[in-house]
Amino acid sequence: MIEAIQKQIQDEVRRLLTDKRVDLVIGFEKGTLPLRSAPIFIHDSADTNRLIWNSFCENNLANYLTKINNQRVAIIAKGCDVRSIIALTIEKQIDRDQIIIIGIPCQGMIDWRKVEREANGELLETIEENNQIIIRGEIFEQNLKRDAFLYMSCQTCQYRNPVIYDILIGEKVKEISKSKEYTDIAGLETKAPDERWAYFCEQTSKCIRCYACREACPMCYCEECFVDCTTPKWIEKGLNPSDVQIWQIIRALHLAGRCCGCGACERACPMEVKLCYLTQKISKDIRELFGFETGISFEQPPPLATFNLNDNQDFIYG
Amino acid sequence: MDKTKDSHNVEMDVSAHPAKMKVIDKNLMNDFIDSLIVNYTVFAPVKKDDIIYFAQIKTGADAVLDYQNSRKAPKEIFFPQSEEMFVYDWGMGRIKSTEEVGTKRILLGIRPCDIKGVLLLDNVFDAPDYKDVYYTNKRTNTIIIGLGCNSPISTCFCTSFDCSPFYNHGSDIFLMDMGDKYAVDIITDKGNEIISKELPDISDEELKLLEEIRHNAFERVGRVGMGGIKEKLDRIFDSQFWDALHEKCLGCGICTYLCPTCHCFDIVDEALDSKGQRVRNWDSCMYPLFTLEASGHNPRPTKKERMRQRIMHKFNYFVENYDEYLCVGCGRCVINCPVNLDIRKVIKEILRQ
Repeated sequence: MIEAIQKQIQDEVRRLLTDKRVDLVIGFEKGTLPLRSAPIFIHDSADTNRLIWNSFCENNLANYLTKINNQRVAIIAKGCDVRSIIALTIEKQIDRDQIIIIGIPCQGMIDWRKVEREANGELLETIEENNQIIIRGEIFEQNLKRDAFLYMSCQTCQYRNPVIYDILIGEKVKEISKSKEYTDIAGLETKAPDERWAYFCEQTSKCIRCYACREACPMCYCEECFVDCTTPKWIEKGLNPSDVQIWQIIRALHLAGRCCGCGACERACPMEVKLCYLTQKISKDIRELFGFETGISFEQPPPLATFNLNDNQDFIYG
Repeated sequence: MDKTKDSHNVEMDVSAHPAKMKVIDKNLMNDFIDSLIVNYTVFAPVKKDDIIYFAQIKTGADAVLDYQNSRKAPKEIFFPQSEEMFVYDWGMGRIKSTEEVGTKRILLGIRPCDIKGVLLLDNVFDAPDYKDVYYTNKRTNTIIIGLGCNSPISTCFCTSFDCSPFYNHGSDIFLMDMGDKYAVDIITDKGNEIISKELPDISDEELKLLEEIRHNAFERVGRVGMGGIKEKLDRIFDSQFWDALHEKCLGCGICTYLCPTCHCFDIVDEALDSKGQRVRNWDSCMYPLFTLEASGHNPRPTKKERMRQRIMHKFNYFVENYDEYLCVGCGRCVINCPVNLDIRKVIKEILRQ
């Protein structure tokens, strides 16, 4: 199944490059470590056999689309990548006509850290077979159930099938039950405010401000992020808890109505700071308040980027 | 000795002192550490949420010594990510420097690659022509208890540099795990000072076992050929090679922030009215702001120039200045890069140019 998808990807991409329909293809290649695939930029049809597809294609490749200048690009896109492409198009950051979307229905991506923690030693080889991942080390072999090791964002995802595409590769997959949606934040929502604050403080205390969360996010495309602005200087750059907290609060708020919940921020974090619960809670609120979901259609503008004279203004003092 | 030559065999270079080598039972380690905590501020690997950090410990039981390596390198014990340099209150006419180190310190359980990282940082912060007091005060007041690495993992490539799993340079005491005991190599007088109790000598059988452990560990480490990389980089500054290398790089600072050798920083004043402090924070050559000039000009405007700078600094400029690579093969950047931009592969590709 995976091999068939991989072969189709390679064939499609080879055709696109040979026919000169695109200048560049962004996809995935085999990583240098057992549980990793890596983004690859293909300019030459001779390199298409490097393209792969498996359960470790975790990066949101839409992130690169704001940096391609005038090139015509084909992109391998999962459900979440496509949602980011729509969101970026609505925000006029990319030109849809410049991009060929090779959509791939996604079965969810595997959390490599979770697998590493389950392994009985250093993991040296991984084989995917149906719903199993076989992991091997020097003196062990384990069979793991694939679905038990998916990223949290993949466990609750409601759009595994790309909502738009130019080319679709692979069979459409069954979407996850609606009842699973936002289960990742259910526990936190019922907590008292001071407990939530304590959790937030504990998580942010791990942040080293490397900004991998920002750089991995397709929607964090600002030429100058507020943390980098020096005139005026909004916040300090050290590890003072209040500075780290305000960074994470504003990062999350800036993504209100713009985050598709792909989880790229949390995956990139080297200190494993829990980040998605913040953006997920905001996304849920946005849907309840404005009936808006990010990256589902081209029609509805993002609620926080539009206004209406009849908007509720009760909350404004004056 | 040219430390950047490939043929250099570090295993042979490590000098054990069989005459002085002692052993300590693992059961006695907690008591030993507790006795150190009485007189010293002790930093050791600790585990929180499944991640290993170096932090001050209050009791020997907090130290996790059966670990692979810490997520963030322990360079921060000498060169903290964010460090107050002095505080001032202009109204009161007061300036207070924070360069003094209050208590004597011990850095316990640090791996050879990370000690090598500190030795490389000494070149920069403790140079003949410039001494950074914030760094050197901590260095002088810290006793280093290194810990040999019995089971290097597949991302380790320390032996490609002037280092190895049992490289003991830079340690005052060097511990080697022998199962239920540690072999204790007391290397310096500074190290000897903190061994208050008489420890038993290592036996001949234990020495033999140790030799086997060291040899096995050395064999496990992956090697990346480095020969000629400096000269190669001399010639390819303007090559097209750099056009593609950075493409997938996100431009985050993980590789530099987790690295035991990266040492770029930024100095800022955190002030409110006439009161405040001057703070030194880590910075990264991977960030555009690092080289942004006041005029608005940026000499490293894109990820291409920034990636090239990181590679050139590690394998060319630092070699030019100090005759050593600015990399110890710890593998942190390899493991934690979100897009799997593997520096071992980059090295190989450079050498192919």
